[in-house]
Amino acid sequence: MGFWSAVLLPLLLCLLVFVGFYSKSGQLSHQPGMVLWIQFSAVILGSMGSLILPMLIVFIAYSVNSIEHKADTWKTLFSLPISKFSVYAAKYLYAFFLVFLCLTLFVLFTLGLGNLLSVLKPELKFNEYSIMGLLTQVYFKLFLSALGILSIQFLLSLLFRDFLKPMGIGFVATITGVILAANNWKYDYLFPYSHPMLAIKTMEEGVKKVPGPGGTLQITIDIFSREIFISLAIALVIFAIGYVIVLKKSVK
Amino acid sequence: MVISTKDLTFTFGEQKVVKSLSLQVPEGSIYGFLGPNGAGKTTTIKLLLNLLKTQEGSIFVFEKELQSNRIEILSQIGSLIEQPAIYLHLTGKENLLNRALLLQIPANRVDEMLSLVHLTDAAHKKAGQYSLGMKQRLGIALALLSNPKLLILDEPTNGLDPNGIIEIRELLIKLVKEHQKTVFISSHLLGEIERMATHVGIINHGELLFQGSIKELEALSQSLVQIEAENTVDAANFLKRNNFAVADVNDQYIYVPFASKQQMGEINNLLNQNSYTIYSINKQHKDLEKLFLAITQNA
Repeated sequence: MGFWSAVLLPLLLCLLVFVGFYSKSGQLSHQPGMVLWIQFSAVILGSMGSLILPMLIVFIAYSVNSIEHKADTWKTLFSLPISKFSVYAAKYLYAFFLVFLCLTLFVLFTLGLGNLLSVLKPELKFNEYSIMGLLTQVYFKLFLSALGILSIQFLLSLLFRDFLKPMGIGFVATITGVILAANNWKYDYLFPYSHPMLAIKTMEEGVKKVPGPGGTLQITIDIFSREIFISLAIALVIFAIGYVIVLKKSVK
Repeated sequence: MVISTKDLTFTFGEQKVVKSLSLQVPEGSIYGFLGPNGAGKTTTIKLLLNLLKTQEGSIFVFEKELQSNRIEILSQIGSLIEQPAIYLHLTGKENLLNRALLLQIPANRVDEMLSLVHLTDAAHKKAGQYSLGMKQRLGIALALLSNPKLLILDEPTNGLDPNGIIEIRELLIKLVKEHQKTVFISSHLLGEIERMATHVGIINHGELLFQGSIKELEALSQSLVQIEAENTVDAANFLKRNNFAVADVNDQYIYVPFASKQQMGEINNLLNQNSYTIYSINKQHKDLEKLFLAITQNA
């Protein structure tokens, strides 16, 4: 379930934007390739970063853990001759992998569909510019910025059997994160649910601030900005706390 | 001893669920762990599997301390706790293959297990569509998959029909006899256990009330002479006047503690000669079920 959501989401979202661009190709044909690419991926990124990515993580973290809650297999897993760390880390790694897979697919679908557009509608000059390197960096940053949320949601889903608690907490926190980041609150970089949006925002600033020579935009991406370090630190700390809880916790 | 606990005590919040339990499970035995619902059986089993942390007392399995040898000990235990833990979206076979993969067991053992619990025909059916008995059997197959020396089963026959119960009973007896395994099985029904168990532990309110071989348990139960008479109350009073102890009287029967065949003859003669009509007189073993009730209720 988590696996397919990680595959279908990027596919659907990219396809939607693809259809949008395809139908509006007339208005867009005068744009240079680079701007086209940036518009194309920015539409996808914009919706992804603020709301969808955190919610997807909520869902992935839930689905990885709920399979054991539902089948009542925690007690079995922890009575097998396997160290508790292996069980915990393996579960976490799978959720980690799903998020990574999802974002990788976003990169691939964006690139693939962009190129498909330039074949189907040659008047769109997608082929004039290659965004691959840039896009990979953007999504890598997004991935790192999401790890804090992943650890928190993973732990919540591990502790609570039902969907509502982790989902509710995740949803409220995401909305809070978006509001904080949108209002440029001074300490928004400390709140993990703001990180994906902040990551995108700092990259937008990177576009605006550095106009390159010859009228084209020079885009620099500072992957390891402040909120990324906070996100990574939170991810690590919560992961460790989760392990301690698993060690101490009695399985009911 | 395969399992040996000493003064094992466990508290949930304020409530003591297990009170200084000292279990002794010998090798090659089928140890019936009996007690009414809520007596602390499942808690004890979770303690034995290190799912709950030992608070007071100690647990030794295969003569090794549980906490510090957790993985080594668990690798020799197969367990089934309450309802079996099965992934309902996978088939029976996939459930076993998944476990085999986790424990690095060769896949051919999966088919062996399926035929052992008679699930070969249903191997490719989703476990969600299994009947309760089939799920229970799959749970036992999962427990046996790693070929453990000790099987810990928590109410494995819960919800099974009589046929299923007999099947599991025979399977367990076979495992102990032919494969030298030890089985620790909990139940709230003595009748279910008494035909296979070699040893019994009876627990209620967290306390161990009896522990020993099934022979020792039977020895505790006293035989009675059951007399079916026309007028039981008068006959009982008459017997009392003649120095026979009367254990129980109801509308149909009088019960007198059994001493010898001669004693039965004397009672028969005495009642007949004094024109009390007797329909039947026979010796009766006190049913273990009643004994079990007596043990658990007196506590």
